[in-house]
Amino acid sequence: MNPRLYPLYATVAIFLLACLICYIQFPYMASTRVLGNLLTDNAYLGIAAVGMTIVILSGGIDLSVGSVIAFSGVFIAVLLRDTNLPTPVIFALLLAVTTGFGAAMGGLIHALAMPPFIVTLAGMFLARGAAYMLTIDSVPIDDPFYEMMRAYYLMPGKGRLTLIGVVMLLSFAVGMLIAHRTRFGASVYALGGGQNTARLMGVKVGQTTVGIYAFSGFMAGLSGIVFSVYTGSGYPLATVGTELTAIAAVVIGGTLLTGGSGYVFGTFIGVMTMGLIQTYIVFDGTLSSWWTKIVIGGLLLLFIVLQKGLLRLTTVRFGGSAA
Amino acid sequence: MPPSLRRVMPQVVTLLAVCGLVTVFFPGFLEIHMSDGRLVGPVIDILKRSAPVALLATGMTLVIATRGIDLSVGTVMAICGAVAAWAIAGGMGLGAAVALALGAGLLAGLWNGTLVAVIGIQPIVATLILMTAGRGIAQLITEGRILTFTHPGFAWFGSGTLFGIPVPAVIWIVTGILVAQLMRRTALGLLVEAIGINRRASALAGVNALVLLIAVYMASGLCAALAGIITTADIRGADANNAGLWLELDAILAVVIGGNSLLGGRFSVAASLLGALIIQTIDTGILLAGFPSEYNLVIKAGLVVIILVLQSPRIATEWYFWRRSVTEGPPPVSRAKEEAR
Repeated sequence: MNPRLYPLYATVAIFLLACLICYIQFPYMASTRVLGNLLTDNAYLGIAAVGMTIVILSGGIDLSVGSVIAFSGVFIAVLLRDTNLPTPVIFALLLAVTTGFGAAMGGLIHALAMPPFIVTLAGMFLARGAAYMLTIDSVPIDDPFYEMMRAYYLMPGKGRLTLIGVVMLLSFAVGMLIAHRTRFGASVYALGGGQNTARLMGVKVGQTTVGIYAFSGFMAGLSGIVFSVYTGSGYPLATVGTELTAIAAVVIGGTLLTGGSGYVFGTFIGVMTMGLIQTYIVFDGTLSSWWTKIVIGGLLLLFIVLQKGLLRLTTVRFGGSAA
Repeated sequence: MPPSLRRVMPQVVTLLAVCGLVTVFFPGFLEIHMSDGRLVGPVIDILKRSAPVALLATGMTLVIATRGIDLSVGTVMAICGAVAAWAIAGGMGLGAAVALALGAGLLAGLWNGTLVAVIGIQPIVATLILMTAGRGIAQLITEGRILTFTHPGFAWFGSGTLFGIPVPAVIWIVTGILVAQLMRRTALGLLVEAIGINRRASALAGVNALVLLIAVYMASGLCAALAGIITTADIRGADANNAGLWLELDAILAVVIGGNSLLGGRFSVAASLLGALIIQTIDTGILLAGFPSEYNLVIKAGLVVIILVLQSPRIATEWYFWRRSVTEGPPPVSRAKEEAR
């Protein structure tokens, strides 16, 4: 059996175990309503996590995601309030801006040969600052197009499969296609395995780096659109720290933080596991919300130690230096 | 000029330039006068307010010198603040509260250090765990409320004065001097740098990398505990949600402005402290000059990018070859091509 799949199996096993515990304690949790809410409530996080998975697979990190989501919401709200542009045009403009922003960060990372951590930290400040400069208030969105985007399909059992939930599922499908079925995806994995080996293999390192961060920027923009649909407003202080939640979801999803190994599908399960913990706490009613953070921290530790053990196992078996 | 002074020269010049710029917009910037036996003025205010970031930056400098990073310092601040407030509110007395808070910081550092040094997890991930889970732990201690207390002795750490100087300023300056002296008057600093440059090689050369790495993270936890005590004493309450929120990023920024490489190796605590002062002067200066505080983040971002360009290894070699070509004529074609790649 492929040892690379072990973390994914562990992720799925823990998710199924969590589902089982939830079901035994609260049989009503097994309803399409809970499922629909799980998809809707975590839509923006899931979409951002798709971009983050690609970045982490390449051995990088993108700290600007949360700020870009907040910027997107403010950008849309302010443009809707102050201009007469049709909403789809504003969406296109926004996605162009965030994709360009991501590409610029990727370009800097490659051109300066600096750690992605600090470059995207600057991007985080810049995007948050840009959002502040547009407005410091929460701007409500009042738009007929937005009403249309709140459409949902009533599943059997009265569960609502919302449009934004579907957008998240589609993002994961696209992410999987890109990561596992395209030349770009192969380059991402190669970069994560090691920059020098990737270059020797003929991967266009600069081009791929720019592409990776542009993709993450695009996904953050899309996540911002979904978040603005979800909250119906744009607020520059929103989604502080989402980047770290997304990173946690990717790690719980079984992706190696050193890059080069992991699956986009695992991230989906990671996001769902985190959502399930929150749902459990809501159902329980007596536990406080801070237990979410502690449990997520514990899961993070479990997966990182698991990966460490796995890495040692494969290193011993193949006699090479996998790290 | 002695080498130690030459090392911090860029930071000193930047700080003076920022101060000059603020003075142009706000002429009363440099005024200091005595009022009720304490010094008052914007400069004193900056010295006081930079205490948390300066303390965090002191510990962070050491961690970054070992090629690590400590993302959990902001959360550790919240935990230690919560512990101190809990102890004070429980009537344990001043000494016990401070000791417990410092102990909590050391424990957090021990946890981080063990994950990094013994289990061998990358520092950014290892400290991310405590960063995520720690706020939950802090809220567990305060039971989700903002724990307030009235204890003049403990509040002194946040708002008292010593010889007219605010106590937080005294604490960070003394801590900075102590750490810098400990590192530079002994071989400790050299050993820390050795680990940062090449842990394996330093271990082979006889440096006890394992113990030193854990000690460095514990030092960072201790600094965070001091910062947590100061912020908790300042607002006379422990806010588990907001205490030290995102201060780890400011601390990293201060270290980077201080010219310390994120790739480990040579470090200067004094330069990091100057970096913290620069950040606080910009923060305060923007407010004093009457600019909306929204510009703050954009200016910080611009600053980071400039420093990145200056620090970049790739730009540095190109600059070197460009200067050489100006002074000694054009470089050989092949080498120029290789560098341009």
